[in-house]
Amino acid sequence: MTEEIIIAGFGGQGVLSMGQTLGYASMVEGKSVTWMPSYGPEMRGGTANCITILSDEEISSPIISVFDTGIILNQPSMDKFGPKVKKGGLIVYESTTILHASDRKDIEIYAIPAAEAANQMKNTKIANMILLGAYLERKPVVGIDSIIEALKKVLPERYHHLLELNRNALLKGQELIRSVSKN
Amino acid sequence: MSEEKEKIVEAPGCLTAEPDLEGYELVYEKPDTFTDVRMHYCPGCGHSTAHKILGEVIQELGIQNNIIGVAPVGCSVFAYDYLDIDWQEAAHGRATAVATGIKRVRPDNYVFTYQGDGDLAAIGTAETIHCINRGENVTIIFINNGVYGMTSGQMAPTSLAGMKTTTSPYGRDIKTMGSPIKVSELIANLPGAFYVTRQAVHSANYARKAKKAIMNGLRYQKLGLGTSFIEIVTNCPSNWKMTPLQTIDFINNEMLHYYPLGDVKLPSKEALDALAEIEKGEKK
Amino acid sequence: MEQDIRLMKGNEAMAEAAIQAGIDAYFGYPITPQSEVPEYLSREMPSRGGVFLQAESEVASINMVYGAAGAGARVMTSSSSPGYSLMQEGVSYIACAQLPCLLVNVNRGGPGLGTIQPSQGDYFQATKGGGHGDYRLIVLAPSSVQEMADFVFLGFELAEKYRTPVLMLSDGAIGQMMEKVVFNHKPLPKTEKPWATTGKKEGKHRSIITSLFIQPEVMEKVNIELNKKYAEISKNEVRLEEIHTEDAEYIIVAYGLSARISHKTVELARAKGIKAGLVRPITLYPYPYDRIGELANKAKKMMTMELNAGQMVEDVRLAVNGKIPVGHYGRLGGIIPSPEEVLENFEKFIKE
Repeated sequence: MTEEIIIAGFGGQGVLSMGQTLGYASMVEGKSVTWMPSYGPEMRGGTANCITILSDEEISSPIISVFDTGIILNQPSMDKFGPKVKKGGLIVYESTTILHASDRKDIEIYAIPAAEAANQMKNTKIANMILLGAYLERKPVVGIDSIIEALKKVLPERYHHLLELNRNALLKGQELIRSVSKN
Repeated sequence: MSEEKEKIVEAPGCLTAEPDLEGYELVYEKPDTFTDVRMHYCPGCGHSTAHKILGEVIQELGIQNNIIGVAPVGCSVFAYDYLDIDWQEAAHGRATAVATGIKRVRPDNYVFTYQGDGDLAAIGTAETIHCINRGENVTIIFINNGVYGMTSGQMAPTSLAGMKTTTSPYGRDIKTMGSPIKVSELIANLPGAFYVTRQAVHSANYARKAKKAIMNGLRYQKLGLGTSFIEIVTNCPSNWKMTPLQTIDFINNEMLHYYPLGDVKLPSKEALDALAEIEKGEKK
Repeated sequence: MEQDIRLMKGNEAMAEAAIQAGIDAYFGYPITPQSEVPEYLSREMPSRGGVFLQAESEVASINMVYGAAGAGARVMTSSSSPGYSLMQEGVSYIACAQLPCLLVNVNRGGPGLGTIQPSQGDYFQATKGGGHGDYRLIVLAPSSVQEMADFVFLGFELAEKYRTPVLMLSDGAIGQMMEKVVFNHKPLPKTEKPWATTGKKEGKHRSIITSLFIQPEVMEKVNIELNKKYAEISKNEVRLEEIHTEDAEYIIVAYGLSARISHKTVELARAKGIKAGLVRPITLYPYPYDRIGELANKAKKMMTMELNAGQMVEDVRLAVNGKIPVGHYGRLGGIIPSPEEVLENFEKFIKE
């Protein structure tokens, strides 16, 4: 198994940490992982993306131009990466803010109103976890338990009370993707 | 390389024959901390006196086996040939950074730099200020003779207004070349400066005082409360184009007028009491 | 025993390895994309031992390294291209004074202030000089986060064995990306350094650390000694990795990040029936001239892939010595090509 993912949005949406969490989780499961951020001089507000590759084998190039999956959090990233998903691939996107999804018919595209759902859960910061849950429901490349295990490692002790919230967000995402149809 | 490097060739013009001492009474000796290498300094140059008092201080403190010197680029670039201690030769201006590196990994060694005005106050200004600002526990000996000696008399940051040098042949115009920097006053404002003093070596009396200042500067390393800075205002007969005697007049009448001698910043009484305690313990 | 496996950025892995390798001191100055190194060390060293000092400039950093290395400490610094340029004077002094230490350049795009994106534009500086005078550095080129950690150990081992500075030439991508890294390195024993300035002890010859040898006869001798050492290093320390070279007709030569990208290019080419192979020099100095020359006896063409305008290609041409055509493909200014883009240009080169 090799899964090549692009996660893209605005800085501050938790784009980079999604990729890192996926990476940790896959390491917990003994897989190889490469996480490559695209970084700019700005700390906040610019566009951000990361390529995350999970594999049962050694990973050669950390730089790739086409992807199995795109997890997309803003319109510019949809426009940029929509065409870069491999035929038969997958896009999971944040549909509260992205109005024009890719119109490709050769890939699966799921609209997940993650920001809205996060709002309802009273924590706008967990929209990324909702999207991650949705993605993992469709492609269970790592288990939800591994994600929680990874978060335990990534998050400092003082944030561990948020683990439950994160689990709920992942479950929410899973629930949402089951209820929406792919376009 | 350094281990092999022992045979030092004398600078041209040095005496090579042993003087005949028959019939003379020995009243004056070089310190044991000196090597047998003859100095390359010009006749009348203050460097040799500054070296001598430094060598005496190291001998009297009994720290020859526990001190590391950092030599600069400038006339005193060969200081390591003359003083029989461990040395590192630094790049131009970087002596205080090198000293920082040494002292941080060997805090129990005494560490000092010996630098000229071009080295310390022009190309090495940033290193000087930041070393002192961090209060590195080292002693800086700063030789101020208002000119670049080794490269034969170009303008230094400390050259006096109007002073003629090979790169200010019409005299230093402070409008376009800046004013001479009073380094001691400048760095005394930094909290890391523990002891700052300006001394001279062109008379026996001045040299005695300067020796005392160097001794204190090194002793203060036992406290670890900041950087000690000893400026020595001195001469350069060759590049000032003067006889040694004329340079003494010039120091007295011109240099010391702009660079007044004396302490610029002194340790507190508490610090000195603490030092006395430490040294009492050493004697026991 | 449970293995110490972590997911880390290359820069962090290098910093962690430095602590595990027992550095006595780190002197550095922040610059993107290597600032994770001083950040990590400033956080960890106070509790785990060693001196961390943020200097006022790269110029000061490298001279602090000189002082500490001359005093016998295991010491390192790191920077990125513009900052590493500033250090060149000190590197030359360190090479001449024969002080073991580890230097790291996390290469970004230049020239000038350039860009903060990854580049391999500093190959010439790293391997052909940098500072003034006749000297060489052992240059290690990591291509994974694991190697960022491993080469810290290897770097200090070689530096102390040969009494010479070692440069790890990484890039912004390897520094910033995260991968799994295993920490299972053997501890590095402290080496004897009788030449270090530690105070002139009784019965011990005094130590003088210097790069000043004013008489040309002495300076020449120093240079000859240095070059003897470089010859010894060239004989013993060449390191490279080969992938699918046994039957390769067309070979890509690439190091660091470019080698990772080209590895995938080679896989893609093989899938299309092209007998492609990859040579990855791990030491950029000493360079694997002999092995590349040998491969040129069987291969039909060689191409370097570099994130620069064609620098290492000159060394490949030296190695190949006119036996077969040698080409270059590169992107500049911080742009990174995809494996597919490299393949397209590799095929074009093959057909030429």
